[in-house]
Amino acid sequence: MNTMTLDTAGHAAPAQPQTVERETVDTQTVVKETVGQPLCDNAKLSMRNVNVFYGEAQAIHDVSLDIGRNEVVAMIGPSGCGKSTFLRCLNRMNDTIEGCRVDGDLTLDGEAIYGPKVDVVPLRARVGMVFQKPNPFPKTIYENVAYGPKIHGIASRRAELDEIVEDSLRRAGLWNEVKDRLDKPGTGLSGGQQQRLCIARAIAVSPEVILMDEPCSALDPIATARIEELIDELREKYTIAIVTHSMQQAARVSQRTAYFHLGHLVEVNDTETVFTNPQHALTEAYITGRFG
Amino acid sequence: MTDSNQSNGHSSVRERIEQGLARRHRKEKIFRGLGIASIAFGILVVALLFTDIISKGAGAFRQTAIELQITYDPAVLGIDKVDHESLTWANFTGVIRESLRARFPEVSGRSDKRELYSMVSSGAPFTLRDRLEANPELLGKTEQVWLAADDDVDTFVKSLDDSKEGFRGRTSEMMAGWIQQLLKSGELKRRFNTAFFTNGDSREPEQAGIRAALVGSLLTLLVTLVLSFPIGVAAAIYLEEYAPKNRWTDLIEVNINNLAAVPSIVFGLLGLAIFINFFELPRSAPLVGGLVLTLMTLPTIIISSRAALKAVPPSIREAAMGMGASRMQVVFHHVLPLAMPGMLTGAIIGMAQALGETAPLLMIGMVAFIVDVPGGVTDPATVLPVQIFLWADSPERAFVERTSAAIMVLLSFLIVMNASAVWLRKKLERRW
Repeated sequence: MNTMTLDTAGHAAPAQPQTVERETVDTQTVVKETVGQPLCDNAKLSMRNVNVFYGEAQAIHDVSLDIGRNEVVAMIGPSGCGKSTFLRCLNRMNDTIEGCRVDGDLTLDGEAIYGPKVDVVPLRARVGMVFQKPNPFPKTIYENVAYGPKIHGIASRRAELDEIVEDSLRRAGLWNEVKDRLDKPGTGLSGGQQQRLCIARAIAVSPEVILMDEPCSALDPIATARIEELIDELREKYTIAIVTHSMQQAARVSQRTAYFHLGHLVEVNDTETVFTNPQHALTEAYITGRFG
Repeated sequence: MTDSNQSNGHSSVRERIEQGLARRHRKEKIFRGLGIASIAFGILVVALLFTDIISKGAGAFRQTAIELQITYDPAVLGIDKVDHESLTWANFTGVIRESLRARFPEVSGRSDKRELYSMVSSGAPFTLRDRLEANPELLGKTEQVWLAADDDVDTFVKSLDDSKEGFRGRTSEMMAGWIQQLLKSGELKRRFNTAFFTNGDSREPEQAGIRAALVGSLLTLLVTLVLSFPIGVAAAIYLEEYAPKNRWTDLIEVNINNLAAVPSIVFGLLGLAIFINFFELPRSAPLVGGLVLTLMTLPTIIISSRAALKAVPPSIREAAMGMGASRMQVVFHHVLPLAMPGMLTGAIIGMAQALGETAPLLMIGMVAFIVDVPGGVTDPATVLPVQIFLWADSPERAFVERTSAAIMVLLSFLIVMNASAVWLRKKLERRW
């Protein structure tokens, strides 16, 4: 867990709350430049000058950001700020949306993500995704986890597949709860268990990056805590980008936090810095709860 | 003051709600009543239809037969050995006449005798031929055989149930007397009408059967199903999952919707012009019928399949896609299994429509008088609804009950088809 001063209510406490004056922030200001440190040295994913359009409307304006190896980067911001859109660019899930166009240089380990010759199938095997609403397949728990290894031909023998399934469920912290009912439908689990099943499913193909799009928004606090613990454990092996509406969650699980506003990347910094000493007026206004 | 005002306000609001409540309950009751009334009306109409059809058609499953003492006399038959060729020439009619004359020795005079002979179905000689062919040792011997009576006898016997006099329109005083005599002695009986299930169409009601039409319907529907389901599902998948949304796909969608509303006889004309005139496929064949019905059912299947695909939650597609499944894997592993029950429902509605379709088949010659049971999709055939149409058009009274019986067969065909589809759908349905 991140070591950060949290008050009892779990709110990130700004360093000098007294000095923050409640001046009005113009939330419609166009942000010209990203403040903080959007780039880093050991980038796993690196994005440069990314613009995303839905038809005529531009959803993302000139965003540059690096996500480092074994790092959890949280993306926060008010609804409709483009954080989910940005996340979905990283494994080209936006391809399926009619009229969506992505400009800019996006690379994974230096290899272009968008390009005429890039095949999305292996890309998505390397960059897994967990969605907002738990969406297990209407199949058994076993089949849910085994699906990825099966389609990618990772396991050749049944025993190997069994091993992958068990290992993935263990890492997702679900094994003890479901080991006796692997042949029961995955949709019969509780919401939190379903989401951990989805995480197990995602890590079963040994991805390098896991994208999480508000993974806890449909879960109760206890299930949320389990997932957050899990994210912290997963960081050792994977690079994680997480979109969240909960600032406490961003503060708890991430090393760096990116604040999006109206399609612009406003500020990127160490999570601690963002929550204790925000450099941009918009960031400060958002994390102190004045809008969003 | 304010307090009482407020409480006054509260109570008046409550009063108003209560006043409205009665009206709301009344409306609810009326609506529920209307619903029950419409369902009751529907059930009543269906019950009426069924009682009418069953009461009219039940008689067709029993056919009057006459028991005669038949002597396979080689002299009368004009043969000396039993083989296929000689049997073709053998005079079985003579044998039957002989036996009738023996049973009613008092009958004399040409016209009386002709009337006596007409009591037995003109198909009876063939029954005897088949018996002798199966048992050659019967030659020269005598046996008791039940032979189908003529449809006029059948009609008269059945009409005796309703009135003592019976229907005398086509039965003379003399014949009525013979019939009563035979009935009393037990030589004239109603027996199960196997011919109805084993024969093809015939001009003689007592020999007319449903088998050719049933097999024709089966073959036609088989062709329709084999062609329309895969094509319809493939078209739906392409339009829903692959095709870009642009003016062309919009145009295609509008056209599919319009095709669903085109009168079926137009498809018949199309089939006549294309399949028969241009491709020179055989007339009256289940193959052409199936092709025409495929054209007719395709829009139904495509529309319902697309609706079923649309109903699959996008989260499942996203989940599969996020795992790195290719588009085809997404469709075949996840979307199709979930959409299959809905697709099957559409296919069943389409097939049921196709089963009952008459008009387009008239255009491609399936209305022809066909006696033989079709052996394949290119043999001449007719289908159940056309058979019903043909029989309903026939003047003989005995065809009235056969028409109703054919409707019963058609309806049971439909019920069996739908039941198997429901069973299949239940089997395929996944718990969400």
